[in-house]
Amino acid sequence: MNTNNNVYTVIYTTVVCVLVAAVLAFVSQSLKPRQEANEKAETISQILAAAQFDCAQMSNDEIIAFYKENIASSKLVDAEGKTTDELDMASAEVYSVSDLKKQNYNIKDGSKLADATLPVYVFNNGITVIPVYGAGLWGPVWGYVAFESDLETIKGAYFDHSGETPGLGGKIKDDPAFREAFAGKKAIFGEGNPFNIVKGGAPAEMENGIDAITGATMTSKGVEDAINVWFEAYRPYLLAGAQAEAIEAEEAAECTEAIEAEEAAECTEAIEAEEAAESTEAIEAEAAEESNGSNKEE
Amino acid sequence: MKETILNPLFKGNPISVLVLGICSSLAVTVELKGALVMALSVTIVTGLSSLVCSLIRKSIPNRVRIIIQLVVVALMVILVDQFLKAFAYTIDKQLSVYIGLIITNCIVMGRIEAFALGNKPIPSLVDGLMNGLGYGMILVIVAFFRELLGSGTILGFDVLNRFGYVNNGLVILPPMALIILGCIIWVQRAIQKDLQEK
Repeated sequence: MNTNNNVYTVIYTTVVCVLVAAVLAFVSQSLKPRQEANEKAETISQILAAAQFDCAQMSNDEIIAFYKENIASSKLVDAEGKTTDELDMASAEVYSVSDLKKQNYNIKDGSKLADATLPVYVFNNGITVIPVYGAGLWGPVWGYVAFESDLETIKGAYFDHSGETPGLGGKIKDDPAFREAFAGKKAIFGEGNPFNIVKGGAPAEMENGIDAITGATMTSKGVEDAINVWFEAYRPYLLAGAQAEAIEAEEAAECTEAIEAEEAAECTEAIEAEEAAESTEAIEAEAAEESNGSNKEE
Repeated sequence: MKETILNPLFKGNPISVLVLGICSSLAVTVELKGALVMALSVTIVTGLSSLVCSLIRKSIPNRVRIIIQLVVVALMVILVDQFLKAFAYTIDKQLSVYIGLIITNCIVMGRIEAFALGNKPIPSLVDGLMNGLGYGMILVIVAFFRELLGSGTILGFDVLNRFGYVNNGLVILPPMALIILGCIIWVQRAIQKDLQEK
């Protein structure tokens, strides 16, 4: 057969291409549920890791079950801090990285800020997790920051990236020391950035800053920008939460004082009563002795 | 047959003798785990595409044979990528870019052109697999030194850091892979003198 014939060449390439396309379509469709489950489980495991739950060794199903067990509420808030919608907790619905990317456009472009729907995950132990998303050196970087119940103090953080240099920018994900540095720091909405990642090292007294990664200036900068852009978007929500917490704390303090005062009063009474009882007894005993003594003399 | 099996590992090693596939050996050798998966993926891709190309070698129109080869190789690469995404997600995330780049790995096309188009399917499969292994072997050696000296770990387990070793940043960057590769080629040519060029 002459395989160099034009008609043959065209037919042959067409058949090969159609066959290959069919195989790919079939494989892609049949593996899709598994791939999507993997992506979702990874997102959830990163949210859990930020909230300092240990789920590194769990399988996909375990991660989702653990998430459902511990989540108190998952909702969407707008840029004014109002809750606009709920995420379905029964199916462990979360915002994927591509969802975050869409919201990142809304946040960065001021005119679309009203369209922003930002996810908030609140866990049973009072920890609130919010996502951040931005540009690293080679590609997107994203992550999750967990706040204590005061919505000001950071409990922990977890970051991921699509292509930062392993061993340098990749440390935002791989170096535990970078993540751990976030614990106990605060987001401060006042002058300057809510949070800082300082090249050359953050001063020890700085409450809202951590050290940048050596050799990864651009990635550190990218993470810092991602955090600040998203913190600003969440600002009304976080501040409202912080105020509510402050009021609660105040009430709690008052309440404690009242209880203490009451207890003190009770205690005093009891002591007095006891003392009174003792002294009465003593007097009586003395009196009895005396009377005994007088009896003997006779 | 014996030559088909042993040649790609030593005397005709795709990296150290043919100097093919250098690009990916610089990119994925920072950590041993990534290198192992890359080695496995390339082995599967070269093996299967050599097999398929050898099966259809008599029907391929000569004028479009490179394109047909590329389609077959691309098919295999995407299949590997899809399976990794479904069954080894974390590793796929680490390697995704480089998995896609297996298509452009010269070893795959090189072996199809040089061997599979002129040989029967079974020897072609063996040749593809062994070339993948020969490539993987070098990859693993380079990754071993880079992870050990760059991060102080082997497969993520702490080896040197506990002795107060300070990680060497240069080792993590691609130039060091080239230097280690050069050393491997040097050692090999010192042993096998017939490889030395006059």
